[in-house]
Amino acid sequence: MSDLLRGTAVQVAAAVNARQASALEVTEAMLAHVEGVEPGVGAYLTRLDESARSHAARVDRRVRSGESLPLAGVPVAVKDNMCLDGTRTTAASKILAGWVSPYTATAVQRIIDAGGIPIGKSNLDEFAMGSSCENSALGITHNPYDPTRVPGGSSGGSAAAVAAHEATIGLGSDTGGSIREPAAFCNLVGFKPTYGRISRYGLIAFASSLDQIGPLTRTVADAALAYEVMAGYDPMDSTSVQRDVETTGKPLPGDLTGVRVGIVREFDLAKLGAEAASLYQRAYGDLQKLGADLVEVALPTAEYGLATYYLIAPAECSSNLSRFDGIRYGLRVEGDDVTQTYEQTRAAGFGPEVKRRILIGTHALSSGYYDAYYVRAQKARTLIARDFAKAFEACDLIACPAASTPAFEFHAKSDPYSMYLMDYYTIPMSLAGLPALSVPCGWITPAGGTVPMPMGLQLTGPLFAERALLGAAHVYEQATRHAGAHAPQIGGAR
Amino acid sequence: MSGTTGAAAAGYEAVIGIECHVELKTQTKMFCGCLNEFGGEPNTKVCPVCLGLPGALPVPNLRAIEHMIRSGLAFEAAIPAFSKFDRKNYFYPDMPKDYQISQYDMPLTQGGVVRYWLEDGTIKECRLVRIHLEEDTGKSTHAGSGDGRIAGSAYSLVDFNRAGVPLMECVSEPDIRSAEEAVAFLEALKRTFVQLGVSDVKMEEGSLRCDANVSIRPIGAHELGTKTEIKNMNSFRSVQRAIDSEIARQVALVTSGGRVIQETRGWDEVHATTHSMRSKEEAHDYRYFPDPDLPPLEVSENTVGWLRVELPESVIRRFTRYTGEYGLNVQQATQLIDNPSLAEYFDACVALSENPAQSVNFVLGDLSRLANETGVAIYASPVVPKHVAELIALLDGKTINSKIAKDLLERMWSGGGSPKAIVEREGLAQTSDPGAVAKFVDQVLAANGDAVAQYRAGKTNVLGFLVGQVMKASGGKADPALVQTMMTQRLA
Amino acid sequence: MNTRLPHGSIPILSSEKIDVRYVAKLARIALTDDEVERFGTQLADLLTHVDALAQLDIASVSATAQVIESRNVLRDDLPRPGLDRDVVLAQAPASQGGFFRVPRIIAVKGEAS
Repeated sequence: MSDLLRGTAVQVAAAVNARQASALEVTEAMLAHVEGVEPGVGAYLTRLDESARSHAARVDRRVRSGESLPLAGVPVAVKDNMCLDGTRTTAASKILAGWVSPYTATAVQRIIDAGGIPIGKSNLDEFAMGSSCENSALGITHNPYDPTRVPGGSSGGSAAAVAAHEATIGLGSDTGGSIREPAAFCNLVGFKPTYGRISRYGLIAFASSLDQIGPLTRTVADAALAYEVMAGYDPMDSTSVQRDVETTGKPLPGDLTGVRVGIVREFDLAKLGAEAASLYQRAYGDLQKLGADLVEVALPTAEYGLATYYLIAPAECSSNLSRFDGIRYGLRVEGDDVTQTYEQTRAAGFGPEVKRRILIGTHALSSGYYDAYYVRAQKARTLIARDFAKAFEACDLIACPAASTPAFEFHAKSDPYSMYLMDYYTIPMSLAGLPALSVPCGWITPAGGTVPMPMGLQLTGPLFAERALLGAAHVYEQATRHAGAHAPQIGGAR
Repeated sequence: MSGTTGAAAAGYEAVIGIECHVELKTQTKMFCGCLNEFGGEPNTKVCPVCLGLPGALPVPNLRAIEHMIRSGLAFEAAIPAFSKFDRKNYFYPDMPKDYQISQYDMPLTQGGVVRYWLEDGTIKECRLVRIHLEEDTGKSTHAGSGDGRIAGSAYSLVDFNRAGVPLMECVSEPDIRSAEEAVAFLEALKRTFVQLGVSDVKMEEGSLRCDANVSIRPIGAHELGTKTEIKNMNSFRSVQRAIDSEIARQVALVTSGGRVIQETRGWDEVHATTHSMRSKEEAHDYRYFPDPDLPPLEVSENTVGWLRVELPESVIRRFTRYTGEYGLNVQQATQLIDNPSLAEYFDACVALSENPAQSVNFVLGDLSRLANETGVAIYASPVVPKHVAELIALLDGKTINSKIAKDLLERMWSGGGSPKAIVEREGLAQTSDPGAVAKFVDQVLAANGDAVAQYRAGKTNVLGFLVGQVMKASGGKADPALVQTMMTQRLA
Repeated sequence: MNTRLPHGSIPILSSEKIDVRYVAKLARIALTDDEVERFGTQLADLLTHVDALAQLDIASVSATAQVIESRNVLRDDLPRPGLDRDVVLAQAPASQGGFFRVPRIIAVKGEAS
C-alpha cells in the first residue's frame, strides 16, 4: 500500500479500477501517513478524514458496479480557497475562519465525480495573496525538502502535501504564479491552464480576470489527467470557455522534433546568479537535444508585467473582497453602527498583505486615479498579450525560469516588493491568459543552505495549446528525470 | 394651487427629470436561478450567487436582456451593438457583494423618447437619456425606533429574497415641466412596460420606484437652476404631491431671496413636505469598473430587427388611433389602453364591425357592467367580438332597437351564442312595418283616452308615456322612432 | 513598434501621495495611526514601481478587461434550487425571525459611498 502512496495518480487509479486495491485501503493508508508527517509539514488547515472515508466507500461501490473512474481512489489536497459543501472553507483568513461552505466548487465536484478523494483543505497565503504561504493567518506550512524553507505560494499547502506524499494530486489556483512557483519550490509539476479552461465557480475570488485553477502533481501525466477531469465549460461561470478540451486519447509524444522553443531575449539569466543561469542553459540545451529548435523571441513589454499586475489584481481584489463585511457570514466585530462594524470587522479579519492590496486597489479605482492607474494597466495588459501573440508566430512554446530563486527561508522577504518580485517570470503569462506550467529542471543548494533545493522550468504555450504544452513537458520530464534525484526530508522515507 | 401654477404666478417654471427603477418580470433573478417573486418568507429565495457567498459567480438572464431591448425599442432608443456590465462599489447591508452589478458607460439602450398625454389629451414628449440594467438589493426593515424608519432605529433586519432581481433604471432628460406631466410620463412608462410584459410595475410592491430631480428657473430662461433630488415617493399620487410641494418650496425660497442647494430630499407623506436627507458621509466614489466575471454583450442588428418586428403597436400610437381615427374621447381611450386585454377585444370588435363608436359603447358600457356583475372578464365570457359585431350590424340595419340589443347582450353573456340566431329564432326583429305599428298605436290611443286628452290640453310630456305603452304592447319590438313619429301625427 | 514615449511627455502617476485615510474609509477598513503611516509608506513605494507604466505609449491601445474574448454567455430564464434558510442563517453572525440582523444603519442608501 505504501507503494501506492508514492505512486502517481495514473497508477493509483489503475490499481483501484483493476480492484488490486480498494479506494478505502488507499485512503486509510493515506490518512495514516498524513497523521504521521503532518506535524512537520503543516500542509492542511482542515483534515477531511471522515468524508474521505465515505467518498472512498462510494468510489469502491462504483468500481464494483463496473465503472472505471479516471481518478478512482486518488487522494487529493484541495486548496482552502475552493468551496466544498459542509466543509470549513477559510481562504486562510481570520475573516472566514469559521465559515462552512454550503456548496461545492465545480472543479472540486468534477474531481469527486471522477473518483478523487479530498483528503484535506490545504494552506495558502490569505486569499491567495502571496508567494510563500507566510501570509496565511491560520497556519505555517514547511517545505518538505527543507523545513526551514517556505513551500512557495500561494498554493503552498497543496504543493507541500503532494511533495510530502500527503496527497497524489494537489489543487491550486494561480493568479500571478501561485501554482507554478510552489511547484518549482517543491519539486512538482504545476500547471496553470488557459484562463477560462477550468470553472472558477466556487473558487474564492482574488482577481477574477486572472484566477485559474490547476493541478500540482509529481508527473506531467498526472497533471494532464487532473486537468482533463476539471476542464470544460461550466454554465455557472460565464468566463469559462465553450471550447472542446483535447483529451489524452493519444499518448504524449516521445520527442520534440520540429518543436520551436522560444527563449525570451529580455529575460537575462545572469540576474539569477551563475549557478541558476547554467542550470537553465542546460535545460534549454536539453530541449534542443530532444529535437527542439531554439529561437530567440522578444517580449519587450514583459518587464511591465509586475507593475501592470500590481494594479489590476489589487483593483479586482478590492471589489471582490468587499463582501467580507460581517453581515451574512464569517467574522463580525460589532461596532456602534453598521459602518463601524464593517470597519472593525475588516480591520480584525484581514491580514496586512490583504489590507495593502485592498487599499492600493481601492486607490487605483478611485475617482481621479482610474484612468491613470487602472485603465493604463489594462492597456499595458493589451500590449503584453500582443507581444506574446507576436512571439508565438515564431515559436510553439516559450521556455523560461518559473521562479527567480529556489525556495527561500521563512521571513527572508521582509518588504512587500521583494516578495512581489518572486512572480517576475510568471506574471506576464497570467496577464495574457496563457497556459503555462513548471516542470522540475534540476537542483541548487542555496547560499547558506545545507540541502539541494529543486528548480522549475516554465513552459508557456499559446492560448488553448494545453495539449502541446503538456506533451513537450512530458518529453522533457521523461528524458531528464530531475525530480527523482533527491527525496523530501519529510514524508519521503520509504 | 399646484406648485406649477404658483411658480408661474411668481414668474418661474419648473424643470423636472425622472429616474425610475423598474423590476423586470422574469421567472428567475438576474444572475442566478432563484425565483423572482414578490413577498414570501424572508431569505427563502436565495442561493450562493444572490447571497454573495465566497466563490459564487453571476450568469446573466437572457430574458432580462431581451426585456431591456424591447423596452428601449418601444421608446425608439438606440440599441448599441456593444454593451457591458460594470461594478458599482459601495457598502450597504442589503447589498450582498457590497458592489452592485450595473451598467456605467455602455448601457443596453441609449436615448429614446417617451410620448405621453395629459388629461385634456395634449400630447407631450420627454426624451430618455438611457435605460440600463442592474440588480436589485435586498430589503432592510429598521427595528427599534417604533416607526420602522431608519432614523433612531436600534438595528435592522435584512431579507435577500429581492437581492439580484433584474432592475432597469430609466433616466429621463429634464423635459418635464409640472407634477402633472411627471405623473402622466410615469403612467406612459407603466402602460408600455405592462403592455410589453416586461414588468408588473406595481408601486405598492416596489416594482416601480422613482426619484425626481426638480429645479426652477425664471420663465424664458435657458440655464438650469440648482436641482434637488426627491426620494421616498411610493405612489403616483405622492409623486404629484411631492413635486408640487418641492416646486412651491423652491419658489418661496428664491422669491424671498434664498438659494436652492443641491441635495437629496425625502418626501414625507404624513406632513406633505420634503426634508433634507443630507448626511455627513463623504462624496460618492463608486469606483465603477468593468465586471471581470461577465463577458460583454453584443446585440446584433438581426436580433434588434426581430425584436422590433415583434413589438406590439406602441401605446401612444394606439392612443392617437383611438382619439383621432376612432373619435374616442381621452377618457375612453385611456380606459381601454390601461386594460390591454379590453383594448384588444375592442380592436377586434372594431375590425369586424367598422363601428368604433358603438363598439366602445358596448365594451366600456354594458359588457364592462356585466363583467363587473359576474366577475368574468369580457374576453373570457361567451360573448366573442364576432357576436358584438353582429349585434352592431343588427342595430345599424335597424333590425333591432337598442332596448332589444341590451336584452340580447344579457342573453349572449349567459351563453346565448349568435345574436342574429337569437333574433331569428325568437322573432325579436324590430317591427318597422307602418301597418303593424299603426295597429299598436291605435290600440294604445283607444285605451288611454285620459292621456290623449291631457296631451291635447297641452301636457305634451305624456307623449313619452304613450310611446312606452306602444313599445310594451309590441313586446319591445316596434321601431321606437316610427312609433314616436306616428303617435305625434295621430295626436296632432 | 516603439512603445516608449520621449522623456518628459509622460503624465505623472504617483506624484500625488496616496491618501490612505480616504482610501481606507472607502474600503471600510479601520486603521490605527501607525498603520496609516506604515501603509502610506509601503503603498507610496509600490506606486513608484508602478510609475514604470508611464513609459508605455498607450494612447492608441485598447484596454483589456478580459483576456479571452467571449460574448453573450447567458443562461435561460429557468429556476434552479437554492439554499435552505436554516443552512444560510446558521452561518450568519446574527439572525432573528428568518432575517439577518445587522447593527443600526446610519447612512442612507446611495448617499454613502
